[in-house]
Amino acid sequence: MSIALDFDNGSLVAKRKLKNSIFKVGMIILSILTVSPIVLIIYELIVKGFRQINIDFFTQNPPDTFEAMMAVSAGEVIPGGILNGLTGTLLMVLMASVIAIPVGIMIGIFLYENPGKIYSNIIRNLTEILQGVPSIVLGLIAYLWVVKPITGGYSALAGSVSLAIMMLPLIVRSTEESMKMIPDTLKEAAYALGVPYHRVVLKVLIPSSFGGLFTGILLAVSRVIGETAPLMLTTLGNPMVNWDITKPTSAMPLLIWEFYNDPNMVDLIWGTSLFLMIFILIINLISKQIAAKKKIN
Amino acid sequence: MKSENITKTLLLIASVIVVLISTGMVFSLINGAIPTFKEFGLSFIWSNEWNPTEGNENYGAVPFIAGTIITSMIALVICIPLSFASFLFIGEYFKGTFIANTLSALVDLLAGIPSIIYGLWGFYVLRPFIVELGLSPQGFGIFTAGLILAIMIIPYATSISKEIITMVPNELKEAAYSLGATQFEVIFRVVIPNAKSGIVAGFILAFGRALGETMAVTMLIGNANVVPDGLFSTGNTMASVIANQFGEADGLKLSSLIAIGLLLFVITGLINGLGKFIIKKLS
Amino acid sequence: MANKNIAQINNPILSLEDLKIAYDSSKYAVKGINAGIKKENITAIMGPSGCGKSTMLRAINRMHELYPGIRTEGQIKLNGEDILKMDTIAVRRKIGMVFQRPNPFPTMSIYDNVIAGFKLNGVKLKKAEKDEIVERSLLDVALWHEVKDTLHKKGTFLSGGQQQRLCIARALAFKPEVLLLDEPTSALDPIATSKIEDLLVKLKKNYTIVIVTHNMTQAARISDYSMFMYLGELVEYDKTKNMFTNPVDQRTEDYLTGRFG
Repeated sequence: MSIALDFDNGSLVAKRKLKNSIFKVGMIILSILTVSPIVLIIYELIVKGFRQINIDFFTQNPPDTFEAMMAVSAGEVIPGGILNGLTGTLLMVLMASVIAIPVGIMIGIFLYENPGKIYSNIIRNLTEILQGVPSIVLGLIAYLWVVKPITGGYSALAGSVSLAIMMLPLIVRSTEESMKMIPDTLKEAAYALGVPYHRVVLKVLIPSSFGGLFTGILLAVSRVIGETAPLMLTTLGNPMVNWDITKPTSAMPLLIWEFYNDPNMVDLIWGTSLFLMIFILIINLISKQIAAKKKIN
Repeated sequence: MKSENITKTLLLIASVIVVLISTGMVFSLINGAIPTFKEFGLSFIWSNEWNPTEGNENYGAVPFIAGTIITSMIALVICIPLSFASFLFIGEYFKGTFIANTLSALVDLLAGIPSIIYGLWGFYVLRPFIVELGLSPQGFGIFTAGLILAIMIIPYATSISKEIITMVPNELKEAAYSLGATQFEVIFRVVIPNAKSGIVAGFILAFGRALGETMAVTMLIGNANVVPDGLFSTGNTMASVIANQFGEADGLKLSSLIAIGLLLFVITGLINGLGKFIIKKLS
Repeated sequence: MANKNIAQINNPILSLEDLKIAYDSSKYAVKGINAGIKKENITAIMGPSGCGKSTMLRAINRMHELYPGIRTEGQIKLNGEDILKMDTIAVRRKIGMVFQRPNPFPTMSIYDNVIAGFKLNGVKLKKAEKDEIVERSLLDVALWHEVKDTLHKKGTFLSGGQQQRLCIARALAFKPEVLLLDEPTSALDPIATSKIEDLLVKLKKNYTIVIVTHNMTQAARISDYSMFMYLGELVEYDKTKNMFTNPVDQRTEDYLTGRFG
């Protein structure tokens, strides 16, 4: 056979190796480029935002635009804080959790208990569709369902509903996934002792998958806590602290949006964003930690 | 026995909530969009005029459909090489090492940053940079929006693809190495062909994400209700026009915004469905 | 060097000289092996699992370098040239490898699998040349008549034994000087196994074959020379006939009589 094997052709081999190395270096550079925005964003937030975070930041409402203008022209830090946004976010995320967590866990258990059935598959697919719905559309939905017919105006309740619909699929999914990890023998052991079904759910299924459930809940919270678009359509914002769920309410991301749109207050965006980002980072770290611990066990 | 039935019924009822939310969503969006479709008919979908002046009201969705698809395409084009690099970094070049895990955690974190913070960063850091490069006088436009979207959707494309490529059997890679292939050749002849559909599905889902992103786009796209005519032209997406014009909307305009929401719902649903379908077929 | 347990091979095609391989700085998986491999013969490497036989075999194809942190000392000479100093691409072109589990490329047809080595290495072949290589290699492994009508189907549709013969054909397409096989029949049924064994005996006319096997009777059936390795050392190396009838070392005898392994 007289087929020339180009392997022995040194220049081709050298060319292939060069290509290999150039590609690898290129991929490494692009990878670093890919994650560099994180570092740059956090750097930007820290540098510009840390000065605003003090006691007042957590205990005062934002100044009005005139006060802010005076402070800026005098070269001072803008007075006031984001108490209305903090309490609003707390109120709405809490309410969304109260709606979404029990329902989500129940649906997750339903899917886990009825695998492979057509109805379960429909539910699972619908849940996935819900997860893909853009948050602004959920804002429209909460507007149509709550703002117009129920509260007759922008309200914390409407905001919570939109956030709850966002959280629901995440919780359903993490519940089903973590229940699947429970060994069947554990359930059987409980049944063998004659434990009634609802107690098996409450005393065996939920406690043994608690780590997974908790991680899912944390991730769902961290996903909705920075959501702005649906709140713009549902809760509008409020310059004061508000605990009435039928009234317009502020939230941290809404405050960022307001500050961004008001040239006098623009300096306040950085402190608020920094605080929101730190909050999200901590939630993420905790959930990563729990997930890692579970892997070791 | 009785308590068992009660518990099971409760779980069933909970699952019905998903059905109610989903069907209710479709019903409410259609219901809200009816005035618009009554007024303009289906031509709403292919008319490109958006005129809210009272008396001369005329609404068409084309500028926003175009803006959405173009910005998402720009995002996808930028996202592909970056996400390629990061999933190869994590799942092939440095597989299992500390540095790969670190990069992977950072990529995941990209998904955790709120849209509005991306918008701020884009506005205060990226936009001046684009002005400085002389690409556009104000720095607003579909390119800037697409660029920030690209960063936002990278984690979605990367996390699926890295799972899929780590599942390519080692034996196949060894077979290729034993025949003298370089790592580059193994990646392109063995790893990627074997993981192709998963990688494609990842990019489709990432594209679906880009379609519905609101805040960052709203802050960077320039908010002009026209069909963009160049890479640096301003525009509006379906999501950003809703966010921008909702506050002052009622009557026909509100209905038109809801109609746009309905279209957005349908388009993202189709794209996500396609991505999920490919992934289901894989497993 | 002149250990009575270790066969002296004249004009070896392959020779291992004081070969040591370590996974980390202190733990040697292969501890200083000296051995020659005779041309156009079958040499079997036996030993209990963890004895370093696979590690050693993989080093001959430089496969061990795929995993970071592995250190190699000593020399592996092919026709007198140290392959550890050669270019890996050249080494792998001259020394073929077949793995434990059949691993045809699932994205390629049978035809493309045979010429995969050429494709992967970016060698451009004419259609006639490709056809010739495919037919010759598949004839070599006695697969041609079974698959000649389905050459453009995916290789993964074949049975396990056929897949493994396809993988051997893929390695033979390069006309390598040495063919390494790492327990090639451990995933196959007895009929497929005996087909592969017959094939290897036929192939030794043109190729030098080194096979790692945990199956002693397989070594006895097909090999001309046998090595017995234990804890990273080459305990005994002899003509297969001699080793099986009259092992010198107690450990070899224990292994061959099934007292450990």
